[in-house]
Amino acid sequence: MTRRIEKKFESLKKERKKALVLFMTAGDPSLEKNEALIHSFEKEGVDLVELGVPFSDPLADGPVIQAASYRSLRRGTNLRKILGLVERVRKRSEIPLLLMSYLNPVWHYGLERFAREAEKAGVDGLIFPDLPPDEGKEASALFERFGIDLVYLLAPTSALKRQKLVARSSGGFIYYVSVTGVTGARSVLPDAAQVIRRIKREADLPVCVGFGVSTPRQAKRMSQAADGVIVGSAIVKALAEHPDLPAKAFCRRYVRPFARALGK
Amino acid sequence: MRRVSAYSFRRLPDRHGHFGPYGGRFVPETLMTALEELEAAYRSAKGDPRFRKELDFYLKTYAGRPTPLTPAGRLSKALGVRNVFLKREDLLHTGAHKINNTLGQVLLTARMKKKRVIAETGAGQHGVATATVCALFGIHCDVYMGEEDMRRQALNVFRMKLLGARVMPVKTGSRTLKDAVSEAIRDWVTNVRDTHYIIGSVIGPHPYPMMVRDFQSVIGEETLRQIASERLPFPDALVACVGGGSNSIGLFYPFLRKPVELIGVEAAGLGIRTGQHAATLSVGEVGILHGSKSRVLQDKDGQVQLAHSISAGLDYPGVGPEHAYLKSVGRVEYVSVTDKEALEGFQLLSKTEGIIPALEPAHAIGYLLKHRRKFKPSDTIVVCLSGRGDKDVEQVSKVLEI
Repeated sequence: MTRRIEKKFESLKKERKKALVLFMTAGDPSLEKNEALIHSFEKEGVDLVELGVPFSDPLADGPVIQAASYRSLRRGTNLRKILGLVERVRKRSEIPLLLMSYLNPVWHYGLERFAREAEKAGVDGLIFPDLPPDEGKEASALFERFGIDLVYLLAPTSALKRQKLVARSSGGFIYYVSVTGVTGARSVLPDAAQVIRRIKREADLPVCVGFGVSTPRQAKRMSQAADGVIVGSAIVKALAEHPDLPAKAFCRRYVRPFARALGK
Repeated sequence: MRRVSAYSFRRLPDRHGHFGPYGGRFVPETLMTALEELEAAYRSAKGDPRFRKELDFYLKTYAGRPTPLTPAGRLSKALGVRNVFLKREDLLHTGAHKINNTLGQVLLTARMKKKRVIAETGAGQHGVATATVCALFGIHCDVYMGEEDMRRQALNVFRMKLLGARVMPVKTGSRTLKDAVSEAIRDWVTNVRDTHYIIGSVIGPHPYPMMVRDFQSVIGEETLRQIASERLPFPDALVACVGGGSNSIGLFYPFLRKPVELIGVEAAGLGIRTGQHAATLSVGEVGILHGSKSRVLQDKDGQVQLAHSISAGLDYPGVGPEHAYLKSVGRVEYVSVTDKEALEGFQLLSKTEGIIPALEPAHAIGYLLKHRRKFKPSDTIVVCLSGRGDKDVEQVSKVLEI
């Protein structure tokens, strides 16, 4: 079975294109809206979608995603409902879907039960911002059995030893955190090209860069050395400001500029 | 008394920071290198006699160690046991055991040549203890504190400012201790290159639970020495309150392999059944919070719940991973007493010994009062009196109508 994430990056490579990865918090403004948005994202040329699982203590997130997380929790969003969303999307689309979750909600659900149900629903990958590979051996092996990629992260502070560790542990791609800090827009981003090239020497996997990428211009610049760019807070913020804008119109206004910047 | 020789507690945590299935490092990648560096710096300091000497110097001349082991005659009589001894951490500078840890960590900060310190605080005790040592060493200090706690503990906010620290209001989530920890971690993720995070308890990612335990172990080591040099009867039981768990582990750790019963007292708040409590070990489930795997108060979806206790220092939905381990192997018995029972302990110690305890160790006294029948008339008990009650007098006066 070819995996959706792998397949996507292979076809992008053939087209000499970079991946556009969009993040939104599941359940904000609503799961129904998320569903409509995913389909509209795909039509605009988005390559992969990350759905954030809301958590009570999102310690790697800045104010925008924190707020989205709390709004979503107040609406009663939980893992089971998010898997339901994935299942519904999967009936109509083959777009690679990843869940980004703090470890505790998934741990509490039961790793194996979650892996089984996530595979069935059609989840392709997982990102845990609070699970470094040092603690993730069991989880990696478990999700591997279910054909789900566990994506690990690298940061500007990661020494070479850690770059090697993540390069051999990560599945699907490597998530390079562009800034030393939490999620959220930055007016100035550090030059990541050199680090990304070094990581790519260590790894056979694609490298996507995220955290702080909030304008099409930044996305274009960041995509040059990387294989893909992840945009999160900028989308979550726009959604928070325009929760009632229909999915199609939202994408025309807020997603298309990013897609254009990456030549979609 | 259970047999304890089967466990080699002295060697925990393992080199990955695990206490059995608990502990570890569940943090964003950005912090991993800093934690590795901190662990290396701590291990090198620990093996350096000059560091030990310097820390001992400040513990003695600045913090006021050794603290007395006070025989509490009238309290013993009231409880119907032979001896109760109080380990008087309340007599330390800043009024609680917290300074044992902040002195150790600020020396480490200087050793690592970091220019800035951050800390979290609930009621303000750890914030004050951190601001104090930062003033002593001339290090810039920012303390994260929930907006709600700042309102409740306005005097401690003023103290920290007086000591030259900046108090950073936390406006997210429940605006209490748990969110202050999250916000401090976010700051650390952002400023990790020049900042050291002084965590106030035996929580957080490795090496914190080990390092804070080691700094607090001075409580138990000193107690052992005092028992020997003053030829006191060896205790049958040690009792200490448990929030994050730093004063209790500090007392218990040097006694883990000794034939003595260890009892940790959690806050049952308004009662376990009401859901308004902080009894993490008694009813919490295994989970991952603030960088380590331990027991956590959480709902059916794995969302962390709010704790409740009359004592702000125990008001935390997590607990140190080593305590989760000691519970799982049965070495420490964890019990809980309610706000009301703690208030009874608060009054009992005040009236029988002329010592007003902080509300946190008042839980330990409240436990002894409630379960006095459990103890034999020949028993000797050591209680960790982790802090003094001045900070709580105003709050207690509103609850009690004396």
